[in-house]
Amino acid sequence: MKFQKKSKVTSQIPQASLPDIVFMLLIFFMVSTVMKEHEGLKVQLPDAKEVKKLEEKRGAATIWADEAGRISIEDNIVQPSQLRDIVYKMVSDPLNPLKIVSLRGDKDIEFGRIAEIHEELRTVGGAALNINYSTLVEAD
Amino acid sequence: MLLDKKKKGSAEIPTSSLADIAFLLLIFFLVTTTIATDKGISLTLPEKGQETKVRSKNITNILINAQGLIMMDEEQIDVSQISSQARQMLDVNENLIFSVKAVKGAKYETYIDVLDELKEANAPRISIAEPE
Repeated sequence: MKFQKKSKVTSQIPQASLPDIVFMLLIFFMVSTVMKEHEGLKVQLPDAKEVKKLEEKRGAATIWADEAGRISIEDNIVQPSQLRDIVYKMVSDPLNPLKIVSLRGDKDIEFGRIAEIHEELRTVGGAALNINYSTLVEAD
Repeated sequence: MLLDKKKKGSAEIPTSSLADIAFLLLIFFLVTTTIATDKGISLTLPEKGQETKVRSKNITNILINAQGLIMMDEEQIDVSQISSQARQMLDVNENLIFSVKAVKGAKYETYIDVLDELKEANAPRISIAEPE
């Protein structure tokens, strides 16, 4: 007995819409990507449990404070007293105004260093008062 | 005189490689995207020169010294007990302000631990005192 070939449909996957799908994915990644802007200092972040995500990544300024007591912002190592001018410029930038300051401090530095940064940020005021101490998420 | 038609090629843009180009870009963005988000403890610092008088019964002082010892309301306390202690205090007085005061030589890690404990207790008002 011979089997009949019933199907005469060509078995091809339509590829015409492939570029459209790929472009859609591409556009999603292009929009959602935030490139790393600045290199910081090497720090060992402290642990914490009650952490919050830093939502405003585009309007965030990052200040690094490492174990040796150096402070870095926007690829420059600065003295604490220079922070206010730099941060003030960022707050008053009309295109990309500062919304939050992310503070990446090494867990072994002295609190006095952090207090100096606080003092500078308080001098600037406004959006610079919103700070986020970067931490690692502590496992229970 | 008749001009020869030299061109006989079809005037179509080849689109077959479009997908390849798009994939290449896609892979580039996939690789460079950092999903890892920054996490941390958020806090709002007070405006400079802004001082508010608070009744002393509404303040709990938390002191941190250079040795990493913590004192809460005149009593030495372990870091892990701060949140439960703070929660009990907030039950009694919900307007309580926790004033964290660390000396200059205190470790940043201890300070973050204390803040973390207070956040865990849902303390609504945390104040950071400047070290002398």
